[in-house]
Amino acid sequence: MALKTETMVLNMGPQHPSTHGVLRLELEIEGELIISVKPHIGYLHRCFEKHAEAMSYPQVVPYTDRLDYLASMGNNFGYVVAAEKLMGIQVSERVEYIRVIMAELQRIASHLVAIATNGADIGALTPFLYLFRDREYILSLFEMTCGGRMLYNYMWIGGLSHDIHPDFVRKTKEFIKHFRPTVVELNNLLTFNKIFIERTANIGVLPLDTAINFGASGPVLRGSGLAFDVRKEDPYSIYNRLDFEIPTGKGLVGTVGDCWDRYYVRVLEMEQSLRIIEQLIDNIPEGDVQSAIPKRIKPPKGTVYSRVENPRGELGYFIISDGNLNPFRVKVRAPSFVNLELMGELSKGHLVADVIAILGSLDIVLGEIDR
Amino acid sequence: MYQFLYNLIGNEIIAGLLVAVVPLTIILVFALFGIWLERKVSAHMQDRLGPMRTGWHGWLQTVADLMKMLQKEDIIAHDADKSLYNIAPVLVFTGSFAAFAVIPFSSKLLGSEVEVGIFYLLAISSMVVAGILMAGWSSNNKYSLLGAMRAAAQIVSYEIPTALVVLSMIMFTGTLSLDKMSQMQTSSFWNWNIFGGAVFGLSKFLLIPFMFVGATIMFISTLAEVNRVPFDIPEAESELVAGYFTEYCGMKWGMFMLSEYGNMFAVSAVISILFLGGYQSPIGYLGNTIGASWLVPFEQGFWFIAKGLTLVFVQMWLRWTLPRLRVDQLMTVCWKYLIPYAFLNLIIIGIISIL
Repeated sequence: MALKTETMVLNMGPQHPSTHGVLRLELEIEGELIISVKPHIGYLHRCFEKHAEAMSYPQVVPYTDRLDYLASMGNNFGYVVAAEKLMGIQVSERVEYIRVIMAELQRIASHLVAIATNGADIGALTPFLYLFRDREYILSLFEMTCGGRMLYNYMWIGGLSHDIHPDFVRKTKEFIKHFRPTVVELNNLLTFNKIFIERTANIGVLPLDTAINFGASGPVLRGSGLAFDVRKEDPYSIYNRLDFEIPTGKGLVGTVGDCWDRYYVRVLEMEQSLRIIEQLIDNIPEGDVQSAIPKRIKPPKGTVYSRVENPRGELGYFIISDGNLNPFRVKVRAPSFVNLELMGELSKGHLVADVIAILGSLDIVLGEIDR
Repeated sequence: MYQFLYNLIGNEIIAGLLVAVVPLTIILVFALFGIWLERKVSAHMQDRLGPMRTGWHGWLQTVADLMKMLQKEDIIAHDADKSLYNIAPVLVFTGSFAAFAVIPFSSKLLGSEVEVGIFYLLAISSMVVAGILMAGWSSNNKYSLLGAMRAAAQIVSYEIPTALVVLSMIMFTGTLSLDKMSQMQTSSFWNWNIFGGAVFGLSKFLLIPFMFVGATIMFISTLAEVNRVPFDIPEAESELVAGYFTEYCGMKWGMFMLSEYGNMFAVSAVISILFLGGYQSPIGYLGNTIGASWLVPFEQGFWFIAKGLTLVFVQMWLRWTLPRLRVDQLMTVCWKYLIPYAFLNLIIIGIISIL
């Protein structure tokens, strides 16, 4: 006689050490085996899009900080690029240079958190602290520039809130010099650690066509082997003049598109960001960073969709203007939101411990998922 | 030790109590020290300072934590099975601390001179599994249940390679008594079992590699038995919050914590008795040289604790370096690698010792 068995529903989150914020995962498990995963979101909903309709264009910028709070510079950047496109503002070279440097520093900082938390979820706590130590350098660079360590409100429509600090260039170069060896250290300690590879290689394999069908972007898509990067495909700012590569997942230790590939793409991208910063840091043109800021921001009627490459993927802003001081509508295409949808697909047939590894490799930020 | 104290005091009850109290105090102090050490080791490995405010370099931190835990409200989850829930930490605590009864800290400081010491030790430490399962089941929490399931599977599995290695050492030394095992490895580190023991000739050199393999297997499997990284899946905090003791708080949680550190030292002590000469000094005794034989037991105690702490430090070192295995990989390591090698090692050591 067969025993009657039933599956267990395990509620992971919203208060859980490794759901990266207030995500709730409803796991249906049989023993340790995953039958299905359902992400429940909305615990951090702050009505960003509705708020934006009640504010003038420059007032939206601080709210974009809070979308992907690990990459606030990138969010600022995306919004101001969209708004400038809508209004036809041309910003000075100096502003463009500083913006790109800031965005790339932010990309490194954000990837450091992604890598660190992915490692910590798998149990490696020491790399986590090493990487946060290095992130501290970047945060102090930002603090020196605009006073903020997390939410910067740094990029304004047509310019920047502050010019860079006189020490900024020197300190950034120091950071680059300091940072390259720590990536090597990270690779020795975590990336090529046998246990880490065991835990992430061949886990949560995302085939390229599935990734494209779900609309994944950023390291998640590139981990599956497609070299798609908005900075190359649809260049904004001065990216078309810069020399950098797009790392993709090659299945170095497992299958193309597994957790390890997504992780390693981030490691390689940090090096590319360093290259971009090195190209710019020595020849920032002179000029005023606030000269192009319009006195009264009232764009013409129309719509604009503009996208930038945020650390987590393609961040898009869709703005409708009805010719008033406030935007009629601001819609955000949040990369984490799209990437999270893959969760159910990737986790099937894996174990509970793998769900954590997969979630870590998707690198979501609830701030921009719930908005 | 009982006999020694009885001769000293002349009262059965007081001597008996002292025998019970002295080792327990040492162990409790060690557990407190171990937690502090863990925090400092992890902190220094991670470019931090760790506790610094409570006493010199925060050495009173664990004492303060313990005081805090004692004062905490004892919350029992509404749907918990109360009797099991209350017994579980006691059982775990007893299981790990009763093991110290037979561990010889020195030739004089030995709780109980049981002839079947190692057998008793393996048996009593299995009680911990029952306690863990009780804790996981009675908490009525899915994370606890998963953690307890993992813990039971893991500890029971990893007892097999441990037992096999222990068996090979019993075969080699011909005794079950931990004290006798320690006595055999006297006078120099060259006589330690890891270097082939106090035998001479070719077989000693043949034994050395297999003794190293045995010690390594023993270390890995005891690491899993005490749920340390990379085998800490029963309490994997990023997956199961805190595993089987998720629902516990206050001093009951503290008992799990203390028993974890007690266990760490217990298994290190066993490894050092089996392979590293127990309380024997690697370089001879100062007390013998200067003719003060009363000094020898103290020196032995020092060496024993030093060896134990070294192994504990290695455990901590590993914890703060390695990521965590997954539950199926953990079983693979045990059943596919450790057990076959332990078996092979058992046979080879057996053959070499009768040569």
